[in-house]
Order: sequence, then C-alpha cells, then structure tokens
Amino acid sequence: MASSSVPKGTPNFPEYQTEEGRLKIFGFWVFLAAEVVLFSTLFATYLVLADRTAGGPTGKELFEVKDFMIETMLLLTSSFTCGLAVLEMRKGNKKGVFIWMIATLAMGLGFLGMEISEFVAYVHEGATLQTSAFLSGFFVLVGTHGAHVTLGVVWISLVLTQVAKRGLTPMTCRKLFIGGLYWHFLDVVWIFIFTAVYLTGLI
Amino acid sequence: MGLFNFKMPEHFIIMNNPLIIGAWISIILVSVGIVFFVTKYKKWGYLWREWFTTVDHKKIGVMYILAALLMLFRGGFDAILMRTQLALPDLKVLDAQHYNEIFTTHGTVMILFMAMPFIIGLMNVAVPLQIGARDVAFPVLNAASFWLFFVGAMIFNISFVVGGSPDAGWTNYVPLAGSDLTPGVGINYYLWGLQIAGIGTLATGVNFFVTILKMRAPGMTLLRMPMFTWSTLITSIIIIFAFPVLTVTLAMLTFDRLFGAHFFTIDAGGMPMMWANLFWIWGHPEVYIVILPAFGIFSDVISTFARKRLFGYNAMVISMVAISGLSFIVWVHHFFTMGNGPWINSVFSITTMAIAIPTGVKVFNWLFTMYKGRIETPAPMLWSLAFIPNFLIGGVTGVMLASAPADYQYHNSYFLVSHFHYVLIGGTVFGCLAGMYYWWPKIFDFKINERISKWAFWLFVVGFNLCFVPMYLVGLQGMPRRVYTYGEHMGWTTWNFVETIGAYLMGVGFMLIVWAIIYSILHEKRDRSGDPWNGRTLEWAISSPPPHYNFSRMPSRVTSADPFWDAKKRGETMFDENEPLKPIHMPNNDGMPIVLSGFMFIAGFGFVFEWLLIGFIGLLGVIGSMIWRSFKDYDADHYVQVDEIERDQAELKAALEGRS
Amino acid sequence: MSEQQHASAKHHITGFVLSLLLTFAALFLALNTPLSVGLKLTVIIVLAVFQMLVQLVYFMHVTEGSKIYQIISFSYGIFVAVCVVAGSIWLMLLNGMSMY
Ligand code: HEM
Ligand SMILES: [Cu+2]
Repeated sequence: MASSSVPKGTPNFPEYQTEEGRLKIFGFWVFLAAEVVLFSTLFATYLVLADRTAGGPTGKELFEVKDFMIETMLLLTSSFTCGLAVLEMRKGNKKGVFIWMIATLAMGLGFLGMEISEFVAYVHEGATLQTSAFLSGFFVLVGTHGAHVTLGVVWISLVLTQVAKRGLTPMTCRKLFIGGLYWHFLDVVWIFIFTAVYLTGLI
Repeated sequence: MGLFNFKMPEHFIIMNNPLIIGAWISIILVSVGIVFFVTKYKKWGYLWREWFTTVDHKKIGVMYILAALLMLFRGGFDAILMRTQLALPDLKVLDAQHYNEIFTTHGTVMILFMAMPFIIGLMNVAVPLQIGARDVAFPVLNAASFWLFFVGAMIFNISFVVGGSPDAGWTNYVPLAGSDLTPGVGINYYLWGLQIAGIGTLATGVNFFVTILKMRAPGMTLLRMPMFTWSTLITSIIIIFAFPVLTVTLAMLTFDRLFGAHFFTIDAGGMPMMWANLFWIWGHPEVYIVILPAFGIFSDVISTFARKRLFGYNAMVISMVAISGLSFIVWVHHFFTMGNGPWINSVFSITTMAIAIPTGVKVFNWLFTMYKGRIETPAPMLWSLAFIPNFLIGGVTGVMLASAPADYQYHNSYFLVSHFHYVLIGGTVFGCLAGMYYWWPKIFDFKINERISKWAFWLFVVGFNLCFVPMYLVGLQGMPRRVYTYGEHMGWTTWNFVETIGAYLMGVGFMLIVWAIIYSILHEKRDRSGDPWNGRTLEWAISSPPPHYNFSRMPSRVTSADPFWDAKKRGETMFDENEPLKPIHMPNNDGMPIVLSGFMFIAGFGFVFEWLLIGFIGLLGVIGSMIWRSFKDYDADHYVQVDEIERDQAELKAALEGRS
Repeated sequence: MSEQQHASAKHHITGFVLSLLLTFAALFLALNTPLSVGLKLTVIIVLAVFQMLVQLVYFMHVTEGSKIYQIISFSYGIFVAVCVVAGSIWLMLLNGMSMY
C-alpha cells in the first residue's frame, strides 16, 4: 500500500489522516452511488406496480399522514444529530460523540418501532406481501430501507463500542464517519419514499 | 412457508441419466483424489496459508483464471452436448427437458461464471502492476469477491446433480420461471448462484474503481494509463451501476417464488414484462462489461507486437467513456418484439445504432496501430488479429438486429445466436485467451508453448467459423433458437451438421490449449527477467513472477503512456536505484473472506431448497463474520522489512545469473 | 481549508432547518392545495431533489475528501437511477398511451 504522506488538499480531520482512511471513505461513496441505483430499481418497480392493487387496499386507504410524518421527523432529526456527532468527533470530544450518536440511534430505533407497527397494522387490515403487486412493491421497497436502517443501528452501535475501547483514533474516526455517511444516505432514501410512496399515494 | 419447513424436492439426488451418473462418479473421484493427495503430501497448511487466505491480487487473479478455465470446460461440454443433439434431425441424445436445462446452464455459466471471472482474473493480475500499485485498494474485499464468485459458481453447478438444473434460459424469463409454471429448485439455483456471485462482482467494481483512481504511481496521469487499465476503469463504472439492478431483480423474483409476492406473476397485478425490462437494464451493460476489457487487452497486445504506440489513444478513451453512458440506454433492443409502441422502438433503435459508432472507431484505431508496424505474431497477437474480422462480423450483424422492424424477422432465430457468439467468442473469449497468453509469463516465469498453441489457435478459429457462419444461414432460413430438434423436411440438416463439426473442432482446440499449459508447466524454458515480449508498460519493468509487494521501489519515471518502452529507449530503468529501500506496508492474509463465503454457501443452499431456517442461519454467519472482522481490523497489516526485500533481490539476481 | 471551518454547528442547524422547511412544504403542497396532480408531482419531486442536495452538502460533506470523484460517482448513480425509473415508467406504463 502506498506512502503514508498526506497528499495536498486533504481535509485536516482524523478520518482522512491515513491512506486507508481516505481510500475507504472514497470507496464508501462509490458504494453509496451503487446503492442509489439499487434503490432506484425498487422505486421503478414500485411506481410501475403502484396502481395494480388487484382489488386489495390502495395506498390512499392505508397511509396515515400522522404516522409517516412522525417517521419522517424522527429520521430527519436523527440525521441532524448524527451530523453533530461527526462534528464532535472532529473536535476530539468523545463524550459529545456518544451523546449525539446515542440520540441518533434512539431515534433510529423509534423509527423502526413505528415502521414495524405500521406493517403489522397493514397486515391486520389484510394488506400483505401476497395481496397485490402494489403491496409487494410497497413492502419490499420500504422494507429494504427498514432493513438498511436496522443494519445501520447495529453497525453504528458496534463502532461505538470500538470507540469506547480505543478512543477517537484515525481508524475509529474513519469508521464513525462512514457510519454517519450511511445514516445520512438512508435519510435521503427515506425522503424519496416519503415523496414517491406516501405523498404520491395520497395525491 | 414456515421457518421449520424442510420439505424435500421430488428428486434430491439426481441419478436418472447416464450423463448425470457420470458426473456423480467424476465429482466423487476428483474430490476424493484431491483430498487424498493434499492430505498425503501434507499440503492443507500450504493451501490455507498461500491460497485460501491470500489477499495478494496476483494469486487471486490466478484462482479466478483457473476457475474460469474450469467453467469454460463445463460450459463447453454443455455446448458439445447440444451440438451433438442437433447434428442430425430427430436425434435422441437429449430429451426436450434435458436440452432446456443444458442451454440454460451453458449460457449462464459462460457469461457469469466463465467470461466474468476470466476478465476479473486478468484485471487482478495486470491492473495493479500496470499502474504501479502494490495491491488493490481493498485487498480483503478483493478476496471476498473471489470467494463469493466461487460459492455462487459452486451453487449453480451442483444443481446438475442435487435437486435439478434451472431450465428457463439464461434470461430466465417469467412467467415461465415463476413458481406456477416451474416449481422446484432449479430456478432457485439460478437466482442464488447469480445473486451471490453478483455481490462479489459489485465489490470488484468498487475495488478497481478506487484502485485505479487513487493508487497510480507518481507521474501516471489518467491519460497515461495503459489501455487495459482504462478499459478496467470504465468496466468498473458499468459494474457499479449495473449490478445493483441485477441484485434487486433477482431478489424480487426470489420473493415471488419463496414468499408469494406478486412482482412478476400473472395474477394479482404482477407484471411479467417488468422482468424482461429489468433483466436487460442490467443485461446490456453486462455485455459491455465482458467486451470492454477485451478491447483493452487487444489494444495493449497490438501495440506491443506492432512495436508502435497505440494509434488514437484519446479517441479510444473518449469512445469508451461514451460507451459507458450509452450502454445504459439501449436495453430495449433485446425486446423490440414485446409490443412496445413505435416511439419506444425507434428511440432505442437509434441509441443502439449510436453505440456501434464508438465501437467502430476502435477497429480503425487497431488497424492504424498496425499500419507500417513491425508485426510479430506470437500467440497473444494471433488471437488479437483473429479478433478484428470476427468481431466485425458480430458487430455488423448487431447493427442489423438494431433495426427494430428487421429484428421482428431475426429475433429469437439462430441469426441472433450467431450474432452474440461472434461478439462473445470473437471478442471476449479471444480477448481472454490473448490476455492469458500475454500475461502468463508475468504471473509465472515461463511462456505457454508456441507450437502447440498455434495448432490450438487454428483449430479453434476455423472451428468457430465453421460452427457459426452456418448459424446465420439457418437463422435466415427460419430456424428458431432453443429448439431441441428439427425435422428432416425443414432443410436445415446440412448446415447443422457442419456446425457440429465446427463445434467439435473448437473442443479439440480447447483441449490443446489445456495441453499447451500442462506441457509448458513441465517443459517450457524458465525466465525470471520479466520482459519476455519487449513490453511497453510498467508490469514488464519488474521480475516474473513479481515479489508479493510487486515493486521494491515505486516507479518514478512515468512520462508517457508507454513508460517502460520510453525508458528502455533512453537506456534507463523505471526506478531510481539510488533511492534507499524503505519498509513496505502490506495487508495480512485473512481468513474472513473464505469463512464468510462458506456461510454464504450455507445460506444459498438453504434458500434454494426453501429451507428458511438454514438460509437464515447462513446469513447470520455472514453478518457474524463481518462483525468479527470489524473488531480485528486493527491489526490487519504489517511491514515488509528492508532486509527481506534485499534478500529477494539477491535471490533474483542469482537466478538471473544462473541462467546466463 | 476555509471550507472546513464552516462545518460548524451553525452550518448543521441551517441544514436541519432547510430540510424541515422542504419536508413541510411538500406535505402542504401535496395535501392542502388545489393544484393539478401533474403539477403537484413535479413540485414534490423537485423538493425531494433539493432535500437530497441539502443532505449531501450540509451533512455528508460531499465537498471534502476526493471531492470531484465523489461528486462524479454520485451523479453517475443518479443518471442511471433516472434512466431506470423514467425508462421503466415510459416502457411499462405510458406505452399504452402511444399509437398502439
Ligand atoms: C456493435 C455493437 C452491438 C450491437 C449493435 C448489438 C445489437 C444487438 C441486438 C439488437 C440484440 C437483440 C437481438 C434480438 O434479440 O433479436 C443483441 C443481442 C445480444 N447481444 Fe449484441 N450488439 C452489439 C454488441 C454486442 C457485444 C459486444 C456483446 C457481448 C460481448 C453482445 C452480446 C449480445 C447477447 C448475449 C445478445 C443476446 C442475448 C439473448 O437474447 O439471449 N452484443 N445485440
Ligand atoms: Cu444489448
């Protein structure tokens, strides 16, 4: 692997201090770009199938404004606190990192709780994966996002245990930063779910 | 569909056919033989340390190529069976069902488990050396890519003997591939084999993209990169943005089959056409993924053996960049006949014809590179020379197919079959072979024997044309693809018989290539000096095989796209010998990739048989391996000390002197 | 490095406020205005795109690190995403509206 000297123009932050850190952060951006396409395929399918309700419930009948707005607020706010955590990380303030990251995770869990109860409610109303093409598209699109959030919660928690043990080193900072990128990205995806699934479904 | 439902398919162990019994016997004999000899010679430790846990891109590349050759054998065997069945009318070598299975596995194996790994193997072998890097950006991920591919290929291949093969074509169109019309495990094998290998491929794309953009030697600007590296960069981009579509598409069909979803079903609002749509959004970029690296190989090989700089370097780069974008907006040409409106077909006809332009530009570049060159014709150059006319035939017939109204005539006929074989064999396979011959004396310290290889070459190329030119003709006479037999009265007999002869010649050609490799391992002259072809790019500036850290000093004199050639002309080396050696930072070997992939195998196998509990246990294992790795991430590397580098250099020097 | 100093708490708060504004604007437009369906869809999609840019710039620091390459990769992803979504809708849904 290449030299340890830091190239010109590299941000003066811990996560960028090693060659490995720089490569992994860039690599993660590329991965996120691939995730854009992954989700776009799910969106395309959902949008194509959205009117094919096969006599089952429609989006208008299922979606509750209050519920999905609370979910949206939880994710938006958690994205904000996650940003603050990264800010504290760059200041070298471990305590701040923990405060804001734990807040982030708590909101993430809140979001997941709401989403699961939303799904359970739908199933009780007779709206399952097997009911119609629309609902297959809905559950798999929103569920994939939910699975990503779950993974994000587990992953960031594990990184936090590493930070607790090792402190804010270039390596743990890189992991935190990448975890943060992932979290913000999931927020971006949610915004599109909010727009293309919930709002569009109610228009 | 409960978690604890372990239903058995109708036939778990397939034994109903002499071919399959033969496969069983050979699988058992070979496995027992391998285990016996490895144990007898106490090589398990060696295999584990040097291969199973390696993160060295060169070794990973060798494993890819080895696997690809094995798969070429498997896919080739399928092809021979099909051609035997079709040699004469109304033969009964294969029945209809068996024929369906064989063309399905043939197509899938050839594209996903032969062409892809062959190309990725060559990238692994050559790209880091060409850009002056000591490894790829993410070596452990690279190993994981390989093992995931390997597991995907294993899962796909065991379908032959356990549970039954997929039989809905390599395009796996629904509703045929849905659970109503094709229950059983065959299609699940397709879905999981491709899914697992595809994830590995996506990781490869990210890896090489980052490697090429961020790890080039000092002085190597983007426009000084060797053309194979450029083609790898562009291919990586296409992989990164095409493979996620495949991942999702396969997952959705899995949901349909395993959990009763309605993405592609006929009832409950599902939309079978959506499968074709999504499959080809991935599928067309995929065909460029397998051809662009071949273009890169031909460019490097042709300029090496014409002893000239590549003509039109910039035009080449621009046309590849154009292809990377265009390849995402032509996919509809694979289903012109599915009832799209005239607007749609017209637009996609035009984009398809447009993509032929940058492709055509390249042909002129190669011709002009050779113009007035001092051409030599060792094996890599032979394959490259054969490529140009053959690929041209494939490309021209592609443009014929691109015209939507005309495609109503050609579609799903043998004309189409011949088109894509001309591009895939004449382009990709010739390219892979050229690349293998070209870099073989870089990975190892000997060439592949020329005399045997020339025989192999001629048999293969003549056989290829004998096999596929008649396919255009019977295609025009109306012979549809994917039929398992035909009647005498159709008038296709003569050409079909000729095709079969051609196929057998190709088979002999392939066996001769294998023989040439074995012969060369035993007898070919050894040469470690590292520049057997009088090469032009960085990989030839180091010894063969290179030390595991590739470059003891970083190349420091890259001033053009042919840095080594220019340095040789100036009477210099690529390195500043006065610079003191420094310890080299290298990644440690890692067992995670193979362990993770082992769990992936369990998961895949479980889901194939719809044994959900086993599937989920496998997935938990996969996640567990990643977590485990994340915690031991902190000591994953080491330094190669200066005295070790010096020892390597001394040893090389002794070897070279011993030779002269 | 001046750009990096800007990445302060204030910067983040701006991003947060912007994202809230955009979200509620979309909600209001979609549910409480008499605009036509087509117009509503267009506007909320535009708002979502802005929201994405807010996240990318204010929270994800897309302009740091391998800035150019990061932006190019992400944009390429969006290009393909648009092809996939728009292409699929055109082919699968609007097809019936053309001449046959
Ligand atoms: C010169 C540029 C090319 C053009 C204009 C072109 C055009 C086409 C068209 C229009 C079809 C669909 C025909 C039909 O289904 O009736 C097709 C099929 C195909 N092409 Fe090409 N092609 C080109 C290059 C390539 C290359 C470079 C490859 C692979 C290395 C390739 C591989 C394939 C395959 C595998 C199929 C058929 C798949 C199937 O239906 O099973 N093509 N091509
Ligand atoms: Cu195509």
